[in-house]
Amino acid sequence: MTAHAALATPGNRFTKLLRRKDDHGGAPKLSPLWTFVAWLATLAFFAPVAWMVLTSFHQEADAATNPPTPFAPVTFDQYKLLFSRDITPFLLNSAMASILSTVLVLALAVPAAYALSIKPVEKWTDVMFFFLSTKFLPAIAALLPVYLIVKDAGMLDNVWTLVVLYTAMNLPIAVWMMRSFLAEVPKEILEAAEVDGAGLLTVLWRVVAPVAMPGLAATSLICFIFSWNEFMFAVNLTATQASTAPVFLVGFITNEGLFLARLCAAATLVSLPVLIAGFAAQDKLVRGLSLGAVK
Amino acid sequence: MTTLTAPPKTAPPPPSRARTSTGITKWKRRIPLLPALVFTIVVTQLPFVATIVISTFQWNILKPGEKHFVGLSNFTFVFTDERLRTAVLNTIVLTASVVVISVVLGLGLAMLLDRRFAGRGLARTLLIAPFLVMPVAAALLWKHAIYNPDYGLLNGTLNAVYRLFGADNGPTIDWISSYPMPAVVVSLVWQWTPFMMLILLAGLQAQPGDVLEAARMDGASALATFRHITLPHLRQYIELGVLLGTIYVVQTFDAVYTITQGGPGSQTTNLPYEIYLTMFRKYEYGEAAAAGVVVVLGAIVIATFALRTIASLFREETSR
Repeated sequence: MTAHAALATPGNRFTKLLRRKDDHGGAPKLSPLWTFVAWLATLAFFAPVAWMVLTSFHQEADAATNPPTPFAPVTFDQYKLLFSRDITPFLLNSAMASILSTVLVLALAVPAAYALSIKPVEKWTDVMFFFLSTKFLPAIAALLPVYLIVKDAGMLDNVWTLVVLYTAMNLPIAVWMMRSFLAEVPKEILEAAEVDGAGLLTVLWRVVAPVAMPGLAATSLICFIFSWNEFMFAVNLTATQASTAPVFLVGFITNEGLFLARLCAAATLVSLPVLIAGFAAQDKLVRGLSLGAVK
Repeated sequence: MTTLTAPPKTAPPPPSRARTSTGITKWKRRIPLLPALVFTIVVTQLPFVATIVISTFQWNILKPGEKHFVGLSNFTFVFTDERLRTAVLNTIVLTASVVVISVVLGLGLAMLLDRRFAGRGLARTLLIAPFLVMPVAAALLWKHAIYNPDYGLLNGTLNAVYRLFGADNGPTIDWISSYPMPAVVVSLVWQWTPFMMLILLAGLQAQPGDVLEAARMDGASALATFRHITLPHLRQYIELGVLLGTIYVVQTFDAVYTITQGGPGSQTTNLPYEIYLTMFRKYEYGEAAAAGVVVVLGAIVIATFALRTIASLFREETSR
């Protein structure tokens, strides 16, 4: 980027800037027909979510009708029932496993990303690829040994087991993401700060942190989402004490038969934290999901 | 003098001091990396070593006395077992169809959302919702609220449409038992299309506007512009989407566990679910481990291709 900018004449740079600004506000408009198609597709994709939320506010009798009755009276009964039937411990387990592992991931990933971008160790690309390669190993192949080890250690049905596993699951992604964010800290400013005799902490706080903060937020969001949604380890390694929200969902179907409205309420409730976080941070989501490879 | 007193094998002092001091700075640089590296190696690599060891044992926990070393015979079983072969095939069909369909749909949606239209921001927000719904919740939603033959949304809507046109009642189709694989595929495509759309939209928005403008001025048709400019530009984003999608969809467990339980028969049993069954239903630890090792070998093959793709993206970034 800088090399290009240096080569370009000032006039060129100016027109480039102008054009980019123009692109942003003035992307080509969609014709009415295609706008209709776009909205049709959008609503088709959103329909199951809308149906889930709508059904969650109905009585069981109104939920299981054929043809469907979307305009049945609205009630909060299903949510009241859920909380009276103890969804709370499951939500707390989920929150604990997700938040603790996210904190642990950040504590491990941020220094590692620093060592891989700002003052890179030799062969840092190899280290990056090692981290990534662990994501290619299917988790199912590790389930048996993990189960045996956890059982021997007496750690079955313990939230900390999930914390450790979720940390391992998200650490590679977090390292990749944080590296891509830290790589954006301008080298010139770092060097200038060092020449001026700024200490490591000053550099980190005054130069690195402001650039990396949005990245840190995005990374925590992604780690939280993946941990919150994880099912395979949770269902196989927990029983009664440490079960998380997805395990509650599955268990509540098999134990009590089918209550469609209550199922929809539970599904809405457990999806809510991720939906809110995801909507709030849409732009960050893309970069996070693509490991920082796409900006 | 010095040449006589100094022992022949030690290096001369100045270079050696220089080496240790760079050694120290090297270690200073490495220290922040070590906790993450050690943690990852311990938690992700050791289980695989254990898997390899377990795979060489005949070990069923229902028959505790019979645990013994059997060498590679579990692998002979893995490669000849009909159920596992079906599971491999199902995994390939499931993964390939989900990834291909969601990339194509995602590309279409991204092309639309790259243009301006009324409510684009809202449309984008609504579109990513399927990806954010908890996978288990999504699977249950599809199974009970949509596919259910008696009061699911799908048959319910069909019924309403039939009545609208004067017919008595719509057909009662049991979607999951009649079309088990498509039922799983559709629910997963619904979840993954928004993900592909997001990545491809990012790709489209990174497209230099002046090239497109030039093409338009030269009178290139929309189709030609798409084929010769947009598609080549999107190539690496499509590759990335396919790659990341494959990594995640190959491991699908939630949807199979919840929607079909691998059935009917073993029509939708994919590898993760089959390994789970071997482990927690048949209690054949040796066989499950051997299947796990084979899965890892398969993953390594995919990963070699995958890493090449990512490496090219990476090179582009570092050479910037």
